[in-house]
Amino acid sequence: MTDAIIRTHDLAREYQMGAEIVRALRGVDLEIQRNEYVAIMGPSGSGKSTMMNLIGCLDTPTAGQYWLNGVEVSQMSEDELARVRNREIGFVFQTFNLLPRASSLHNVELPLIYAGIRAKERRDRAVAALESVGLSDRMDHKPSELSGGQRQRVAIARALVTKPSIILADEPTGNLDSTTSEEIMKVLADLHQHHKQTIVMVTHEHDIAAHAERIVTLHDGKISSDSRKAA
Amino acid sequence: MPLLEAVRLALGMIRAQKLKSFFSLVGAFIGVTFLIGVISIVNGMDRYMREDFAAKLFGVNTFTLRYRPFVHTGDVSEEEWRGWLRRPKLREADFHAIRDALDPEVLVGIESYNQVEVVVGQKRSRNIEARGVSDTYFRIRNYDMAQGRTFTPLEVEHGANVVVIGSEVAEKFFGDVAPLGRTIRVAGFPYRIIGVAKAQGRVFGQSLDKFVIAPYTSQIKKAVNPHLIVDGVIVKAPTLPAMQAAMTQVEAVMRTRRHLRPGQDNNFHLETQSDVLDFWTKFSKILYTALPLLVGISLVVGGIVIMNIMLMAVSERTREIGIRKSLGARRRDILSQFLVEAATLSTTGALMGIVTGIGLAKLVDLTTPLPSSVSLNSILLGIALGIGVGVIAGVYPASRAARLDPIAALRFE
Repeated sequence: MTDAIIRTHDLAREYQMGAEIVRALRGVDLEIQRNEYVAIMGPSGSGKSTMMNLIGCLDTPTAGQYWLNGVEVSQMSEDELARVRNREIGFVFQTFNLLPRASSLHNVELPLIYAGIRAKERRDRAVAALESVGLSDRMDHKPSELSGGQRQRVAIARALVTKPSIILADEPTGNLDSTTSEEIMKVLADLHQHHKQTIVMVTHEHDIAAHAERIVTLHDGKISSDSRKAA
Repeated sequence: MPLLEAVRLALGMIRAQKLKSFFSLVGAFIGVTFLIGVISIVNGMDRYMREDFAAKLFGVNTFTLRYRPFVHTGDVSEEEWRGWLRRPKLREADFHAIRDALDPEVLVGIESYNQVEVVVGQKRSRNIEARGVSDTYFRIRNYDMAQGRTFTPLEVEHGANVVVIGSEVAEKFFGDVAPLGRTIRVAGFPYRIIGVAKAQGRVFGQSLDKFVIAPYTSQIKKAVNPHLIVDGVIVKAPTLPAMQAAMTQVEAVMRTRRHLRPGQDNNFHLETQSDVLDFWTKFSKILYTALPLLVGISLVVGGIVIMNIMLMAVSERTREIGIRKSLGARRRDILSQFLVEAATLSTTGALMGIVTGIGLAKLVDLTTPLPSSVSLNSILLGIALGIGVGVIAGVYPASRAARLDPIAALRFE
């Protein structure tokens, strides 16, 4: 075992849909190293959302193991998973998922509140995170007062503020136009290059996936290809 | 999540949804208003009854021997009533016997009274209470003189036609003229005014200052009672135990004088301020039983409203719950967030209720003779009930929120 941040072994997830059992993942072996930038691709129904939920510790597998940062998380309780999410994972969602009534600053502070960090430090770190995504002048704005690109940058700041092991981006440009998409991809690329941030991105768009240095493609709940860009 | 953070969040929620919040805190508001208002008013009345009413009319550590109860509570049967009227009246000789039997430090006095006509010059009044008393009466009843003096034992012994008048009588008949030394006709008998008592005030709107007091041995006796008969023998002891001892002694003296055999009931009555307070205690007990019922009903209704509002809030904010969970909120973080929100709602209602209740009590204080006073305890109880109702009403919605699946909650539209 090298410097793997994510390692799964024979990871499987089944859902009970009425009388039917849907096998969304059927044994996935995946290893992602620190400082990698990985895109997970696949057509709809390929299991990439399920994969993303499992990697993000929002869900637990029905079979197989998952080690995050060397710790097996596949058997953890809900509250233990919440702690792992808080410390290890920074989510960036397609729909931004910001609290509509809260300011940018408060949105970014939120994960630090659950980490039990004091108000003063919380504020300082949130301000720094917003500055790093170029939104220092939008801290008191509510999401409804921001453009789509700005909202997604708030979400990235929120993902960064806890200094997570990985940033997990779920279709991060799905709700953005192409110019803004490029802008957001630049922010992510910058995080990866200059801050050695590990990024796992789920997408179905090839040109977006092309920003990553490794592309894992899922098909019918299994990995069908795993290709690395030449460095 | 720290409590303060949760409360701030909850207050923000209340501000954001004013109308909905208003409805949800109305129950707690009404309940606590009742609580504070009624407790204050009843407490005020209670103090009034004990400190003003009972003390003014009866005096502290004082009891009165009468041939029958003057103050009674509950139903008195026809038969019982006739029995009371058949009893022998008290006589002056009883007074002497009692005074001789008791310690010198215990004050014993006579009191007889009747409504009589009082005339000064052209002015006359029919509803003035004339009292025939012994010289000790003023000390027993704590009557201080505004002008002049009380009568001496010698004046009582001789049946002198001297009189002490109440402040309202002085006001009514003399106005600005000094009453001392002037003549006043009490039930037709001329009396010389030697003193004016300090104002006693009012009890339930009734003046305590419309009286003339003369020696029981003077001519007034013909107007108030048959010869040698007295209405009451008043006894004032320095302390409560001394009063209780005196009551036992008086009972023994009277039983001997009336030749009562052991086992035979007393055919006289010893009246203390507890007789009148008994009545009040029964009444306030009814109020205190009805109060929790009223408060309880409005709090239960308020709690149900809060529970429904919170259930609505949980489903409206499913997405928010999902977001919070994805960012690391544990079940108990979500649970406490919604519990605190429910408690903040009801506590806000309770605080408003406290303010309104205090206002109500003040209003009663200003517009009626009742000195209603808000006790700290009832305020604390109000706050505690507010928090309690919120927490209880919030448990079910909050636990539903806490149990939401983060993935489903995040996808919720």
